[in-house]
Amino acid sequence: MPRRKAPSWPVWLIFVAATALMTVPLPDAMTPFRPPWATMVLIYWIMMWPRVFGLGTAWLVGLILDVLQGELLGQHAMALTVVAYLTLRFHLQIRIFPLWQLTATVFALLAIEAFILFWIDGVAGNPPVGLARWTQVLTGAALWPPVMAIMDRVRERIEYRDPTFT
Amino acid sequence: MAFSTPDSDQRAFRESSLGPRTVVICILSIGLMALDKQNDHMQTARSVLATIAYPIRVLIDAPSSFGLWLSEGVSTRGTLLSENREFNERILVQDARLQRMAALQAENARLRALLDSTAKVGDRVLVAEIMSVDMNPFRHKIVVNKGSSDDVYVGQALIDAQGVIGQVTHEQLYSAEALLITDVDHALPVELLRNQLRTIAVGTGDLEKLSLPFLPRNADVIEGDLLVTSGLGGTFPPGYPVGVIKEVTGESGQPFLSISATPAAALNRIREVLLIWPDPTGTVAIAGEAEAEVEELEAERDSAANTAEPADPLATPDADADADTEDPAADGAGAPEIEASEAPDAEAQD
Repeated sequence: MPRRKAPSWPVWLIFVAATALMTVPLPDAMTPFRPPWATMVLIYWIMMWPRVFGLGTAWLVGLILDVLQGELLGQHAMALTVVAYLTLRFHLQIRIFPLWQLTATVFALLAIEAFILFWIDGVAGNPPVGLARWTQVLTGAALWPPVMAIMDRVRERIEYRDPTFT
Repeated sequence: MAFSTPDSDQRAFRESSLGPRTVVICILSIGLMALDKQNDHMQTARSVLATIAYPIRVLIDAPSSFGLWLSEGVSTRGTLLSENREFNERILVQDARLQRMAALQAENARLRALLDSTAKVGDRVLVAEIMSVDMNPFRHKIVVNKGSSDDVYVGQALIDAQGVIGQVTHEQLYSAEALLITDVDHALPVELLRNQLRTIAVGTGDLEKLSLPFLPRNADVIEGDLLVTSGLGGTFPPGYPVGVIKEVTGESGQPFLSISATPAAALNRIREVLLIWPDPTGTVAIAGEAEAEVEELEAERDSAANTAEPADPLATPDADADADTEDPAADGAGAPEIEASEAPDAEAQD
């Protein structure tokens, strides 16, 4: 089996940027609509490069997110791991979905993540967040097509240099 | 085109152990959460991770600090001059107030000496800036740019020029996270300045509102009463203003009054905060040189009475003539301060 030569550091930069975007200050009226960037780019890259990124990546990104947002350590980590599992499990199917179906799948994945976060909040006795978690799912799904288009560009750029991909 | 690259063996991926691995990682996460809920166990792991993630915070904070720096750089001479004049006026007003403060402090110290109790006035403070980082948007948490490298510790009190802001919940090397007093998880021991009625002020999740749910119906509370920290619980030093009673309603049939208060600090407009170190050496220092300090205070009072020069705030420590006969630990919490609203701006270091 030939080894992958495409560099993965640009993707790590994307992950860092995505986690940063999740803590960038927004006006109060906008915060319920902040899309879950980190989850979205994770879904994309796990779906496209399942050999490079997987459960471990999701867990690590989740931990960083937990620390940055000051939440219970492991909350996002667990939610993202479950999302990564589902993505890995079905990556061959969802990769060939048409865009609208893929968007619906991403919506479902984001909803599952939001539900796990919501559930952990409840178990841990954190104050309820209200509807904001679910509006974030909506904006995330709505922004999936443009995010996917950008990520495709990046991926093609990287893979273009690697003969094992063509 | 979304899927221009055809699937090949390289990008297919099947692994039979995927499910078990997920389960293991999930159990690991649950264990982490359980430990973290206990708070003390994960403190080091959390601060290591947060120190790793610190560059991300700096990155996020960069645009707003750069904007601030830019607006300072291009502000006109006129603006700077008028600002300068305003600050000078304010210093004058505060110096004048400090002169009175020195006299009052000396008087307070002598009265306390008569009462055999220790006055704790001198707190060390350090100015920290709030980084513009949104934590969990549904909680009232902030990140400040001072960490354990500046001796910040968990549980430390944060104030601004108007009143108490919150307390440090997690420390990292170069930054610290703090919980605001309005967070739903925060409770703060307070007392009414007017009659020293002690109670607890609980956050409501609203930046403009605190709630006092534990006062019985016959409690003597009226609108406009000033709340100050009582110093009980040991986290917040006594005598710092917390808020003003805004509304008192008692419905018949309810055992407790429902009281709301407005925080004194401008919690949503602050950029700079003060970290307080309640002076632990204060009582020890007093024990050694109590009488000398009382004399010094009296001398200061004289100079303040003459209004020749503003009293040096650093040279007005607390004093207690009889403290050397007592165990310094025993008189820790002390009685409430009287000149509470004047205390916070007394002395600044760094």
